[in-house]
Amino acid sequence: MIDQILNLMPELGKAFWETFQMVGISLSLALLLGVPIGLLLFITDKGLFCENKVFNRAGGILVNIIRSIPFVILLVILLPVTQMIVKTTIGPLAASVSLSVAAIVFYARLVDASLREVDKGVIEAATAMGASVPQIITQVLLVEALPGLIRGFTVTAISLIGYSAMAGIVGGGGVGDLAIRYGYYRYQMDVMVVTVAVLIVLVQIVQTIGDYAAKRADKA
Amino acid sequence: MIKFEDVSITFNTEKATVHAVRNVSFEVNKGEIFGIVGTSGAGKSTLLRTVNLLEKPNGGKVNVDGVDITLLDKQSLREARQKIGMIFQHYNLIHTKTVYKNVAFPMRISGKSAKEISKKVPELLEEVGLSDKAHVYPGQLSGGQKQRVGIARALANDSHLLLCDEPTSALDLESTKSILELIRTINKKYGITVLLISHEMDVIKSICSRVAVMSEGEVVDLNDVYSIFSNPRHEITKQLVRHSLNVEIPDGILGDTEGKIVKVLYRGSSALNPILSNAIRKYPVDMNILHGRIEYIDNQPMGVLLVNINGENNDVLNIIHYLKENTASAEIIYD
Repeated sequence: MIDQILNLMPELGKAFWETFQMVGISLSLALLLGVPIGLLLFITDKGLFCENKVFNRAGGILVNIIRSIPFVILLVILLPVTQMIVKTTIGPLAASVSLSVAAIVFYARLVDASLREVDKGVIEAATAMGASVPQIITQVLLVEALPGLIRGFTVTAISLIGYSAMAGIVGGGGVGDLAIRYGYYRYQMDVMVVTVAVLIVLVQIVQTIGDYAAKRADKA
Repeated sequence: MIKFEDVSITFNTEKATVHAVRNVSFEVNKGEIFGIVGTSGAGKSTLLRTVNLLEKPNGGKVNVDGVDITLLDKQSLREARQKIGMIFQHYNLIHTKTVYKNVAFPMRISGKSAKEISKKVPELLEEVGLSDKAHVYPGQLSGGQKQRVGIARALANDSHLLLCDEPTSALDLESTKSILELIRTINKKYGITVLLISHEMDVIKSICSRVAVMSEGEVVDLNDVYSIFSNPRHEITKQLVRHSLNVEIPDGILGDTEGKIVKVLYRGSSALNPILSNAIRKYPVDMNILHGRIEYIDNQPMGVLLVNINGENNDVLNIIHYLKENTASAEIIYD
């Protein structure tokens, strides 16, 4: 058994790198696009400074539609888009496209939710001081919501580690894929146990870092 | 300083149209502390919010320093707001910024230089007595301290007007006293006009010079605070004053007394004359003081006495008549 696990090491190393790539790319895009989308959903809502019913409804429905599609199916639906963007449908880079789409809408909803938690009175106070909308967004809203934004980001990262296991379908690879291929298809229980253990450790580390960062940001 | 002209605000809810403020007109003078009092839902908070246009009136004008604030464009409105400080019942401080940064925030918004900020903020913190808390987060402060930060923040851009939205309603008695004291101090020191709303007559009594009483969206009474207390005209005003000047006697004692109980109100100089002793010398009745207090409002004395009068019916009526003529008022409250 030790031999088998040692033999697995190069594979595991490669799988780790693939997971890192997929989660890294999609998380970065979630941060880059999920925050503005979540912010737009929030500020166009009723009673807020950029109230826009049509945009808010349409955006909300679109986000919900994408979120309700099971990830495996999203992966397949987006194959043409993937082909267009990365010129291939195989490999971790290809899998990152659909992972990113899922991550962006997932995080956008969590961003929207944590902005809703911000004390409306604080926004009112900033308005009363004569702050402009961009000033309120950058210096009040995002700052006050930071602990929630970090917690949401942690949840997104962990979900993505889970989603990335399905990337094996398009040859994306990754730790989860390794567990399925060796452990499930080839009945190598020990390999499965080791890879799952690695995933558990990975998730624990991400959660611990996330909790620590959120706690540091939370001054309430 | 502030001139409300026929201001009306309605809210459309799904069920009905709510008239929060109805045709309100009055003026607040420069440098005074003006109070608006009323029960919750009277529209006072809505009215206060029109002054910096957090609430947009459906009709009427709100002139602040001669400018109709409802007509300003976005940029001018922001500039006008920077000169109007506001404090809130729940303080509304930015939780994730230190006390120092909270106070610096309005200055940063209005584009003050780092040098100006680092000079002004410590001065303001000194003024409100929180110099040692500069680098603490609001979560670690008591309610009274949070409101002090709110006041420092409201003064940061040298406001000429301070709007206070129930500033002491979430505070205990001791903090309430010290916050009101602080508001009075900055009013005197900087000549800043204060418009304050409260549902408590005691708050109004202790710092305001004039007061408007609101009920169901309308101003039903407006006068200097002494007159409002000594001579309440509207039913709502009477109710509010009664809560504040609480000189009631327990039912048990009421049942045991014989004769009439009369509430005598003294105002100004009449509070200092020996009216009661003159009265009993004139009429052969027994008189017993059950309860009494003297309040100083705006440095003028105002006294309330509850006296039990016993004797021949005619004499009793005569003495009550005599009291009525020589005091602010005398009414039979128990027969």
